[in-house]
Amino acid sequence: MDDGVSYEVKLDSFEGPLELLLHLIKDNAINIYDIPIALITRQYLETIGQMESLNLKVAGEFLVMASTLTHIKSQMLLPISNAEEVKEEQDPRAALVARLLEYQTYKNAAEHLEQRERLWRDIFGKLPTPQIETEEEEEEIPLVALSLNDLLDALKEIMARVPEASVMEVTEETLSVKDRMQFILERIEADENLLFEQLFVEMTTRYVVIVTFWALLEMIRLGLVRILQTELGGPIRLFKKAPSP
Amino acid sequence: MEDTQAMQVLEGLLFVAGEPISLDRLGHILKEVDPARLLRLLTALTDSYDRSDCGLHIAFIAGGYQIVTRPEIAPWVRELEKTKKGARLSKPGLETLAVVAYKQPVTRAEIEMIRGVDSAGVLRTLMDRKLVRMIGKREAPGHPMMYGTTRSFLEYLGIADLSALPPLKAFEETAPQAIGPMPNGPYSEGTTLLADSEALIET
Repeated sequence: MDDGVSYEVKLDSFEGPLELLLHLIKDNAINIYDIPIALITRQYLETIGQMESLNLKVAGEFLVMASTLTHIKSQMLLPISNAEEVKEEQDPRAALVARLLEYQTYKNAAEHLEQRERLWRDIFGKLPTPQIETEEEEEEIPLVALSLNDLLDALKEIMARVPEASVMEVTEETLSVKDRMQFILERIEADENLLFEQLFVEMTTRYVVIVTFWALLEMIRLGLVRILQTELGGPIRLFKKAPSP
Repeated sequence: MEDTQAMQVLEGLLFVAGEPISLDRLGHILKEVDPARLLRLLTALTDSYDRSDCGLHIAFIAGGYQIVTRPEIAPWVRELEKTKKGARLSKPGLETLAVVAYKQPVTRAEIEMIRGVDSAGVLRTLMDRKLVRMIGKREAPGHPMMYGTTRSFLEYLGIADLSALPPLKAFEETAPQAIGPMPNGPYSEGTTLLADSEALIET
């Protein structure tokens, strides 16, 4: 290889320092296990210099590698006091070589994936038929079923909002659980599902809230309603239970 | 159920599913056919596609069976608007995907260590494309997020399952002059691609 040849590379094509190093090694037809570190360091620094002269922002990773290379180079220049020390483990280049080889392995794997990508792009499957996305599809919304405790917590929140009546109403209550069940069913049927809180909107007395809640529990027990939430602690929704097929 | 009818049912299910459908799911629907017989019938169905001059064949990808078009007819199929597959992955994207695929569960720091560059953006793109997902936190200081590949990853590349990927060792270059084109490399030979495509059709 000719040390005098000035080095020109397409700068923007290097994503990182490892890629640039592999390129230099390939281009110089270098044995990766015996990298002439002085040559490579010089070419590497030249490339970075070009990047800077073109006002390209040189990523920090490139500079870190530059100092690594310089460090290795200086270590290589140190006289070896004992010949036995020249073992592969002690080669200052060993760690870098290992990294380069590992990176090259993944680059090869990436190339394999690219081939599969190219191949598979020529193969088409039918898109899922939209018409059959009915009841089953609804089941696939990531919903979490709730426990009674979650429901009671939600009720507590509602109750906190309803003012405690300061004056006792002495009217005859005509509210029944059965009426309230009908009420809930109508509300859910209006839009496919209903937010738990919305069920209690405009309910001004605790009595109404409690009877409604009671009715809801009854409906859950009878399997007429499902209560679900999309995430733990998220809003609770009521769904009309689909008639079992 | 007669073999003929069972095969008709299977064919219908594969046609309508529009996604890879697993042996389990098929068995769930075709209750009267036991798994061993189901597999035999599926193989027979696959063979019948391959024997005929049909433009379709049955592929085994992402752990399931799917009716797909033959690669030879791709130029025409591609003319259909709804067959658009989105842009191909960039080189950094493929590289990052390879690291995730082979090293999962893997943290961002580990990916960046291997690639030598910041990989946050690429990783986000791969996640947007649903090829990579977060799969939990590592029990280590800082609890870094771990990443892995998705089912869509298998579907995107037409892979049966992760074990169907060649072992990472196949991509190692061990010979001293290994960097650069290798005549007997795992990927550089043109014939490998052909063998691959045949494997896809066969399986």
